[in-house]
Amino acid sequence: MLEVKNLTVGIKADKIKNVLYNVSLSVAPGEVHAIMGPNGSGKTSLLYSIMGHPRYVILNGKIFLDGEDITFLPPEEKSLRGLFISFQHPVEVEGVRLSTLLIAAKNKRAGESDLLKISDVRMIRDMRQLAARIGLKAEFLRRDVNVGFSGGERKRSELFQALYLKPKYMLLDEPDTGLDVDGVKVIAESISSAVSEGVGVLLVTHYARILNYVRPDRVSVIVNGRIVETGGPELAQLIDREGYSKYGVVEVDGSG
Amino acid sequence: MTEAVKTADVEELLRYTSIDELYGWEWEYAKEIEIRGKIGRDIIEEISKVKKEPEWMLRLRLKALELFNKLPVPKWLTGIEEIDLEEIAAYVKPRAELTKEWTDLPDEIRKAYEKLGIPEIEARFLSGLTAVYGSETVYSKMKEKLEEKGVIILPMEEAVQKYPDLLKRYFARIFPPSDHKFAALHVALWSGGAFVYVPKGVKIEQPIEAFFFIGGSLEGQFEHTLVVADEDSYVHFIEGCSAPLLKKYSFHDGMVELYAARNAHIKFTTLQNWSRDIINFNNKRGIAKENAIIEWTEGSIGSKITYTYPSTILAGEGAKTSNIVIGIANGPYLKDTGSKVIHAAPNTASRIISKSISNNGGINIYRGLVRINKGAYNSIANVECDSLILDESSMAYTYPHNQIEEPTATVSHEAKTGRLSEDQLFYLSSRGLSEGEAKSLIVIGMLKEILSDLPLEFVSILNRVIQLEFSEVGGIG
Ligand SMILES: Nc1ncnc2c1ncn2[C@@H]1O[C@H](COP(=O)(O)OP(=O)(O)OP(=O)(O)O)[C@@H](O)[C@H]1O
Ligand SMILES: [Mg+2]
Repeated sequence: MLEVKNLTVGIKADKIKNVLYNVSLSVAPGEVHAIMGPNGSGKTSLLYSIMGHPRYVILNGKIFLDGEDITFLPPEEKSLRGLFISFQHPVEVEGVRLSTLLIAAKNKRAGESDLLKISDVRMIRDMRQLAARIGLKAEFLRRDVNVGFSGGERKRSELFQALYLKPKYMLLDEPDTGLDVDGVKVIAESISSAVSEGVGVLLVTHYARILNYVRPDRVSVIVNGRIVETGGPELAQLIDREGYSKYGVVEVDGSG
Repeated sequence: MTEAVKTADVEELLRYTSIDELYGWEWEYAKEIEIRGKIGRDIIEEISKVKKEPEWMLRLRLKALELFNKLPVPKWLTGIEEIDLEEIAAYVKPRAELTKEWTDLPDEIRKAYEKLGIPEIEARFLSGLTAVYGSETVYSKMKEKLEEKGVIILPMEEAVQKYPDLLKRYFARIFPPSDHKFAALHVALWSGGAFVYVPKGVKIEQPIEAFFFIGGSLEGQFEHTLVVADEDSYVHFIEGCSAPLLKKYSFHDGMVELYAARNAHIKFTTLQNWSRDIINFNNKRGIAKENAIIEWTEGSIGSKITYTYPSTILAGEGAKTSNIVIGIANGPYLKDTGSKVIHAAPNTASRIISKSISNNGGINIYRGLVRINKGAYNSIANVECDSLILDESSMAYTYPHNQIEEPTATVSHEAKTGRLSEDQLFYLSSRGLSEGEAKSLIVIGMLKEILSDLPLEFVSILNRVIQLEFSEVGGIG
């Protein structure tokens, strides 16, 4: 179980700016917990805080992974313990090929000290097969991570990495945004099959559409850094129809 | 059958977990001769006598000594004042006879090469190897089939004896001692190194390597490499250097001279991985005649301070050069690198690529000179400087300089400085990599195209060295 308890978080800017207040939620193996909320409400901040982004300072609260307190572990330790984050806006990393990154990540997990070693040709073969399943051409493996990738390609690449590294829990930040119709379907099916194999998923999304394929066990709504409601799948449909106005969120237009 | 030489194989080498573990601290080795003291006529005559040199070489040394005394310390050099030349041995001959068999070498000398898997690499991938320990060549061998083709690979001292005409023509002619004080010092004190001659039309497939090792503190190494590639020939020369951790520092002041005759092609690759106690000065210059190609690739990873500026004079019409200079300054170290190209003939082309990586307080400096002489019609020069700065405490400076006297020439310069952002680092660490590991991947990535035409074994070793290099500073606690 991945558990977030009473998390209060600030962002390091000129001074510390609070973004999350007393957030608690959890996801069990094989479960999907969807997180929705208006722009700027703190969804990405929540996933970053769980993963240990250095810009986010945990002011209060704790994070437990299968009972272990991982609150202040560095991101690489969290990753090695089975957390994976897919980014809303994956950053370009010039110089590092996608395949190199994954080989290094795999070797690290296997305790192999030479991160670049390809000890088994299956490493590459599996990568190719998986990439094809996610609709990424093999050439992407040779390209530098996210460099020149289109928005949708980035999203596919994020999920591809998640599936390749086989984490216990996936923190997925809008994996469906920017994807074409077929893309959403492929991604959703892959997430579902991971879930059926026991992966727990925190799924940030703006759209009920993906939740038609990936049935959430729970849906939580974040507004202004606070969880304001948690419910079943029907909550996503409600938000889809009615937006966030019932939580006191007013749509600000340009004249505001 | 003699006892088989135990060579650390490449696999084993790749398992080391820190770079210091590889050699550890300096160890004792038996010395036959050690010459120290104020650099002057006495010392030089003594070195020359030990080597039983012909008169002309002694005269050349003494002339260089005069220049050394006369020339000022170049003003732009920083850090060189740390060297006290009187404290440093001008000449150190280990107790080991020059041999063609690794088994002949005393264990404490052989181990310097075995730790890096050099004998294995030699057997599998090289046409010839020259190994220098301190001031002397202790091992030199060439594969037999090259002998039949008339290729010469010899310790420099032997070449002085056997091929005086060739040597008089090129030795300290391509890079004259009058250039600056440390070139003069080198020519006055030179010892050890390799001479290579590739006859007309001979293309040597596997590279030739020279490997330089400094075994102790307060030693000076003044090795000299001269490669003469005759018309239509090809050779790839690789030099490597290493040292253990030293209690005090040592000083390397080497020289490389390349001569590429008409249509010849010389590739010269340096993999410099000195320990942090070496102050490393280099004098590297090549001359390319008509349609000849000279390619320098210099990877400076180790050392406390490195000064290196591989240079090419494009002396014949249509000659080309590519000078790739890579500096990695990881820690409180300085890489003062750069390149010089003189276009002295029409239709010549040059490309300088400088890639620097600064981390953990490291400083990289690039100094470049592109000179296009009047009459070098339609010559083309490209300069690209790519600096990567991996943290706030590190720096990179570039000082490109152009002297263009030919109006039909085209010169371009591109400079780019990249920093590793917090978000990039977070991205990589979220995949399970420590800060050091993430940085090493980026560094290896930055160098990948450049390293692509090295033998695979060198690339693996280099990849490993870079990973070890960054593993020490990476991560937490
Ligand atoms: N570096 C920063 N400096 C100041 N404010 C920041 C910084 N990073 C994020 N914020 C602010 O924190 C708040 C929460 O941002 P966050 O990215 O978590 O929102 P979100 O819910 O993911 O929104 P979206 O749906 O648009 O992705 C926003 O108001 C954002 O502007
Ligand atoms: Mg967001």
